[in-house]
Amino acid sequence: MHIDDRCAQFEILTEKLAYNINRIVEKYNYDESKLISILLDVQKIVPKQYIPTEIAIYIGEKMNLPLSRVYDVISFYMALSPNKRGDYIIQVCDSVVCQVVGNAFLLNILQDYLNINFDESTEDGIFYLEKAPCFGACDVAPAIRLNGTVYGNLDTKKKIIDLLEKYREEKLYAENV
Amino acid sequence: MQKMCSFITSNFHKYNPSSLDSYLSIGGFEATQKAICFGSDKVIEEMGKAQIRGRGGAEYDLAKKWTQARLVSGPIKYVVCNADEGEPCTFKDRDILSYDPFRLIEGMIICGLTINATAGYIYIREEYTYLQSLFLDAIKQCRRKNFLGKNILGTSNDFELYVYTGAGAYVCGEGSTLIESIEGKSGRPRIKPPYIKECGLWQKPTCVNNVETLTLAAAIMQYGVNEYIKYGTEKSVGTKIISLAGNINNPGTYEIPFGLTLEEIINDLGGGITNGGELQFIQLGGASGKIAPASVISTPYTYEDLKNQDLTIGSGGFLVVDTNCRIIDFIKSIQDFFVHESCGKCTPCREGNRQIEKILERFIKNEQREHDLDTAIRFAEIMKNCSFCGLGETAQSAFLSAVKHFPNEFLSGEEVSYATN
Repeated sequence: MHIDDRCAQFEILTEKLAYNINRIVEKYNYDESKLISILLDVQKIVPKQYIPTEIAIYIGEKMNLPLSRVYDVISFYMALSPNKRGDYIIQVCDSVVCQVVGNAFLLNILQDYLNINFDESTEDGIFYLEKAPCFGACDVAPAIRLNGTVYGNLDTKKKIIDLLEKYREEKLYAENV
Repeated sequence: MQKMCSFITSNFHKYNPSSLDSYLSIGGFEATQKAICFGSDKVIEEMGKAQIRGRGGAEYDLAKKWTQARLVSGPIKYVVCNADEGEPCTFKDRDILSYDPFRLIEGMIICGLTINATAGYIYIREEYTYLQSLFLDAIKQCRRKNFLGKNILGTSNDFELYVYTGAGAYVCGEGSTLIESIEGKSGRPRIKPPYIKECGLWQKPTCVNNVETLTLAAAIMQYGVNEYIKYGTEKSVGTKIISLAGNINNPGTYEIPFGLTLEEIINDLGGGITNGGELQFIQLGGASGKIAPASVISTPYTYEDLKNQDLTIGSGGFLVVDTNCRIIDFIKSIQDFFVHESCGKCTPCREGNRQIEKILERFIKNEQREHDLDTAIRFAEIMKNCSFCGLGETAQSAFLSAVKHFPNEFLSGEEVSYATN
């Protein structure tokens, strides 16, 4: 049985998602050297931004690669995650420049306000919090990256909470429309 | 001496980075035209006169690198641009990629023509995803005008350019690891020899250069080497882009002539220490660079003067730290970074980093044992000498230099109680 026909057995890999994954793989011409780009693009369209096992298997079969080859990449790179994350991924820079400028306060507020630890998602699944090595925003330290967009100079509680609120409202609004 | 200059960065904010036409209106692609007129020998000669050293951190002589790449025989050769700027406190390449993508493309074409490469690859870190689309679009525009593709600019040379993305791995900044990553694999360094200049990407001869190096090469072609060598000192010719950050009033990237003193950089460019604080130490060249106490600030920022102080320019990272920071916390933070980023391939780096982290943790809790410092130093020396790649070799630079300059921060438990009594 072809994997496309088995979508019904999967929880995350719906037919629609499989169709979109096919389009990504085709866009990169099934090129093995583009595996990292393919996985990054697929991760963006999987709800909660991760690569679940069934999708790793699916991509492996599509590209005719052993599953170990797919997981070699998923487990190595920080930007790829085998674990469920969130609608918005908050990466807090925890490298030396942000620490020197003072990010302890930022780390604490994020954890307190979201009521989670690092590498955890909020109960509603909207936010996922993780520490990240330097992402090149030292000139605006302390900084976070939220779904890839950098926000810097986060030196007051208000700035941080306003930012999170904006995203939470955006998500809730999108769900209700 | 002029404190800031505009040679490598001369195009910043002068054109619309997403438009080739805009770039052409300010003299774009004159550099490539000149390089074609000059021919490979003359181009390399000019790079030699400019005494360019690789700007990613390894400081390898560019003229030598291009000469070697050119002499390697083979019908297919590649140019790779390393835009995997992962070194903490380094963000200069981000500004070049953002504000002057076309000059970088020119740099890659010039390198390609000089060494007879047929294709170029630009490896941009995942953290700069937003810049990847800028490059994909820039490349499309260049293809339309025949700056890329077959018989570029009317020559008999073909040159194609491709964009590849990283996925958040610092170690991929190392040349052979970067190549593994372009090939779509996990990022682990290759054994050398064979060197990547002979057997690199897809087993073909490959010449890997940093973003700033290639951009500088294009700028030198455009303005002439004599314009460039007006800047700097006798032994450190020209200019360098530094990434200034930390406890400083005006953090940012600055293009400076070699020869400014560290003090001038901190006070005149950086606007001094934040909140009127006092300088404790600086770290040059990113997390893999050494630290030096405030007493060195009269040193000129040149390759040779810094070498005398046992410092390096490296990537151009310039981290300023005030007296509020505990040395041990700083070193621990660097150590956490390297534990996280070690790829795990070789034992000295994988295990060395972990064990040193444990020892530093004890220092932080003031639970250090009698031989802890000696053990950590011994491990650090082993890592420096026996690691598989540059990551492990340089991971302990900050720690070892901290022990040298601030020995009182690393006293054993008994020594601490003796000192406090």
